[in-house]
Amino acid sequence: MSDRGSGGIRLGEREAVISGVGQSEIGRRIYRDPLGLTIDATLAAVEHAGLKLSDIDGISTYPGNINQPPGFSGVGVVELQDALRLDLNWFCGGMELPGQLGAVANAIAAVSTGLANHVLCFRTVWEASAQGDKGRASVTMGGGGDAFRAHGFLQWTLPFGAPSAAIWIAMMANLHFHKYGTTREQLAWIALNSRRNAEVNPNAIYRQPMTHAEYMDVRMISDPLCLYDCDIPADGSTAILVSRADSSDDLAREPVQVQAVGTALRGRPSWDQFDDLTTMALRDAAAMMWERTDLNPSDVHIAELYDGFSFIALSWLEALGFCGEGEGGAFIEGAERISRESCGVPGSVALNTHGGQLSAGRLHGFGFMHEACTQLWGEAGERQCLQGDGSLPEVAVAAAGGGPLASTFLLTSG
Amino acid sequence: MSDSEAAAEGDTTLDTADLPFRVMPAVTVDNEHFWTGGEHGELRILRCQACGYWIHPPAPICPQCLGKDVVPEATSGRATVLTWTINRQPWYPDLDPPYVVAIVELPEQSGLRLTTNIVELDPEDIDFGLEVRVTFLEYPDSGGSVWLPMFSPVNHV
Repeated sequence: MSDRGSGGIRLGEREAVISGVGQSEIGRRIYRDPLGLTIDATLAAVEHAGLKLSDIDGISTYPGNINQPPGFSGVGVVELQDALRLDLNWFCGGMELPGQLGAVANAIAAVSTGLANHVLCFRTVWEASAQGDKGRASVTMGGGGDAFRAHGFLQWTLPFGAPSAAIWIAMMANLHFHKYGTTREQLAWIALNSRRNAEVNPNAIYRQPMTHAEYMDVRMISDPLCLYDCDIPADGSTAILVSRADSSDDLAREPVQVQAVGTALRGRPSWDQFDDLTTMALRDAAAMMWERTDLNPSDVHIAELYDGFSFIALSWLEALGFCGEGEGGAFIEGAERISRESCGVPGSVALNTHGGQLSAGRLHGFGFMHEACTQLWGEAGERQCLQGDGSLPEVAVAAAGGGPLASTFLLTSG
Repeated sequence: MSDSEAAAEGDTTLDTADLPFRVMPAVTVDNEHFWTGGEHGELRILRCQACGYWIHPPAPICPQCLGKDVVPEATSGRATVLTWTINRQPWYPDLDPPYVVAIVELPEQSGLRLTTNIVELDPEDIDFGLEVRVTFLEYPDSGGSVWLPMFSPVNHV
């Protein structure tokens, strides 16, 4: 039976494991069919896990086959199922989830309830090719012409020239700066740490060194966020295989254990109505995750935290308790406490060891789960983190989402 | 004179000549009080008639008392800048940066907020806590005009 936490919470996520991961080619403007990218990632993950395609009986994806904004997906459950003629017992695709990795949370729930044995989770983007050489404005929401009218939350922002999360997050960051004294000089270290890690990741998109002065001098997008605070549109697909823990005998490697999942939303689901605009839903997701484990932040060696905008990673560091509320600026300053070398060092956590979305490309959430597992398996090559005694990291957090969308996962090596 | 009367008189409408492209909201029976109240110089928000709670975005129930008698009412039109950004990125062809995007909080109720533009000030003069009042920007649209509620400083900055 599954473990029980304090108060008798059923910890069903411990009946699920990550059995393999895979990625397609990743790049800028590689002009490949999104289904082809997804198939490449799927086959890579299945092979990595030591499974056969016929073992896959579930698919879970975010956000489904939609393409607004252009390049956002372009492939859903049915395209992959049909291309590979998979026999499925369970599937799920959509975007009304606790962040991009909500698709993985769904898969964990499915295998824990026995609806599926091996669920292929994927996220595919081709935003770089969709932009092509026409620039960012060519993919602005609602920028296509007169027929578009804004519904739902977007009606409250688009008419005011605020079509991008860059602006929404900039307002959160600015409030954090105002309330806690955080500075651009400090925030820079999220981007600089990621770039330093990307230098030794052959799959990262931007690998040339970046200096603090270059960060400070680059053009502003929406104060206080500059160009280097924004992630890079990319093309690529990431697949994560979620399996039943008791089917792990067939696997190619000791699977990654799922210790705890956080998917909570305990405030208003809106970028402007949420009670605390310096943190939002990731506060709730993080709190829920820690309610479901006896481990605590000081046990974590690796943190792969969503950085669609640098400020979100800072906010995750605070929400997850790696530093206190409002202390994120001081915590990241100089990057000593978030570098790859800080793995296993008390009071520190190795952050975004592959370069994050800021330097490795906007694979939209799934890249963080991929990297957390890769590090726990010791398969990260030149960027592999080791503890002080030379042993592999044993505890990792993978978290994705910002604003009202967030989920976080506490993972341990087998 | 009430605040809403004050907001209704005088310069509550911006010059609408040479309007740059802006995405328009999909106006429905549920939100048209908000998007067309500016025709009468009023910033209208749904309000629970049982307990007085303001409800935004619109919903057919009061989250406070679960009352279903919710009706648009004019607010004072006043607000305070909770947070802001100076956007410097061109997102739409004619909507030229820099411009201020802000989240303002209305004095009627803690947490009652709107995302908006702060206008009639030099963007570099924007600040936290700035007292602002609504000013409407009328946009002709296929189904009739939409009045975008923007805000300008109460006192000269």
